[in-house]
Amino acid sequence: MNLLRKKYGAMLALAASALLAAAQTSWPTLTKPASREKAPDPDGFIQRWLLLDPIPSKGLTDSAVQAAVKQEYFPDQLTVIPHDGEKVSVGGAELTWRAVDTKLYNVNLYHFAHALGKPTSDVLFWAVTIVDCPREMRGVRLAIGSNAASVWWVNGQEVIGIYGDRQTVIDDGVSKRLTLQKGPNVVRAAVINGGGATDFCARFLDASDKPIEGLTVNLSDRP
Amino acid sequence: MKYLLLATAMAAASIAFALDGQIAIHDPSTVVLCNGKFYTYGTGGSSLVSDDGWTWRRGTPLPRRGLAPDVIHIGDRYYVYVAANIGAQPKAAVNMIWSKTLDPESPNYKWEEGGVVASSDGMEDSNAIDPGVFLDPTDGNLWLTYGSYFGYIRLVQLDPKTGKRLDPNDQPRNLAINCEASDMMYRDGWYYLLATHGSCCHGADSGYNIRAGRSRRVTGPYVDAEGIDMLQGGGKLLIGSGGRAIGPGHFGLLDLGAGIQKFSMHWEADLDRGGASVLDIRPLLWKDGWPFAGENLQEGTYEIQSVRTGTSLELAVEGVPVGGPRARGGRGGFAGTGAPIPPQDAAQVSARWPSGKIAVRMANYLCQAQQKWAIAAVPNAGGYPGSPYCKIAIAGTDRVLAATADAELVVVPAFTGAPEQLWRMDQLADGTWRIMPKSIPDSKDALALSAVGSSFATLSKYDPNSDKQRWQFKTP
Repeated sequence: MNLLRKKYGAMLALAASALLAAAQTSWPTLTKPASREKAPDPDGFIQRWLLLDPIPSKGLTDSAVQAAVKQEYFPDQLTVIPHDGEKVSVGGAELTWRAVDTKLYNVNLYHFAHALGKPTSDVLFWAVTIVDCPREMRGVRLAIGSNAASVWWVNGQEVIGIYGDRQTVIDDGVSKRLTLQKGPNVVRAAVINGGGATDFCARFLDASDKPIEGLTVNLSDRP
Repeated sequence: MKYLLLATAMAAASIAFALDGQIAIHDPSTVVLCNGKFYTYGTGGSSLVSDDGWTWRRGTPLPRRGLAPDVIHIGDRYYVYVAANIGAQPKAAVNMIWSKTLDPESPNYKWEEGGVVASSDGMEDSNAIDPGVFLDPTDGNLWLTYGSYFGYIRLVQLDPKTGKRLDPNDQPRNLAINCEASDMMYRDGWYYLLATHGSCCHGADSGYNIRAGRSRRVTGPYVDAEGIDMLQGGGKLLIGSGGRAIGPGHFGLLDLGAGIQKFSMHWEADLDRGGASVLDIRPLLWKDGWPFAGENLQEGTYEIQSVRTGTSLELAVEGVPVGGPRARGGRGGFAGTGAPIPPQDAAQVSARWPSGKIAVRMANYLCQAQQKWAIAAVPNAGGYPGSPYCKIAIAGTDRVLAATADAELVVVPAFTGAPEQLWRMDQLADGTWRIMPKSIPDSKDALALSAVGSSFATLSKYDPNSDKQRWQFKTP
């Protein structure tokens, strides 16, 4: 009986693994990056990100979201630049950072989590990307939309917080004017979803509120 | 004491409703800008000058006194056209004088006589008074309309190089009848003839009102929105009497550029100023190709809503749902409480707000205290054409909106009168508003409140073609 259970258990594990692999390749709007670097789309939207598997989180008010992002889930969570496939332990669960390209202007976190068999409601997603800037650019703004609440950092500085149950709208949250340094700039986000669909979009705007050209995203060339 | 109270009440009532200072004038010329000052001239040698278009004082009379002058600036000259009766009405003549400046303190302040440019002989069906001068922006031609209730409003062409009549033998053209104080303007392929209808000069019993007709040609015919020719008495109302101000007349376009248009005029009687005839400056609005008068912003408590995003300016604090939180969905919640929910004011919720500077953001309007802005004129802080500078405070608090040195927004704990805490609100052609700080610390840039995102506002260069800098003031 025990042998039978083990045998079936192993078969089930294999099946689950196969299902998971199939699920990973069946993201409707996301793919694994296939190039070294990727430019934002013509409207400036950043399409390459590192996403961490969702973390349980509840509450969308200003204070609840701020408390959620101030809570330490894993070491150096506001400074770490993860690698694709890197794992962290959060509350006893092993979560994985996954590099993705989105086919659209937005990153569909529902697709991301659902295909992995992960929860999509009452969760927090960490997202990180690295934007290479050909020269120092002053007076630019990070402009984002998210479903639902989100908090954003650029090179370690918190620049945007939008709260409440909301849908993704292009250029919903916009930072004050900031400076992109020549070379890599780290953009980090925490998106918290209550229920239903969840996604985000992000781009940089110039002083005329037009998408900045000449940026690239490179998640490969770093220590 | 009784009179002191009355005077105080009059001052309080008028501060955001009419211009400030010495504004008594009749038949004012178009307000023009010269070396940073605004000037207007009226009947009988009256003259007003202002540093900002809000507070006015007595100016230097013109050397040629007369009836209802009009002024235009072309090149390095200011041409003034001023009429006088030269016999029993309707025998009259319009004379031109010119100077290189309107500023009596300037060494270039010297008036030259230009002679008669139009006249009526006392027998013909016209009365050559009330000149209005118009430079056609499409071809640079200069025109003069004139006339009063004796017969026709007439049009003659002037020489823009000299201000004089282009061809004295050219017969004047009839444009309108049964009106006076005419002037012209151009917009989007149409010429507009502005004229004042109704009775003049009876104080609070005057029926003055300003009307408009339009034509594809400067020479007419000018018809109103109902198709009635102004030669048959037509004219679409631009502004009539309203509130405690009676008898608007003598339209003059004041184009401030970047799509900001205003107009000067006088009220026959301002009841808050003892029935005196006074100058006013109003926004000029447009709808379906027709001009109409806007309103200078009144003091009050408002929601400030972005035309672009539909979201509203708010103090960046966590809101408290009006009437208390309610779970999502039905189960009886859709029925409400069964009784009116009282307004939420700052006193109810502000104990949770930080004490220092607080960021500004935008959000869906939910009738919450952090979204209600009290706008009040600031005495002795100056202003801009038509209005005083205002402070914009969270209603029920001392916290006021301010511009920062990095051209962003913040709410500071208390009003200090600093220029970055003073705001101007100009009504735009479509009735929405442009909102600008008087100045930004350490900057000479003139920037406007801009909805750069649905949830974030900033200060940026005004773009008349964008909705980002168009705002609506709504009553909470």
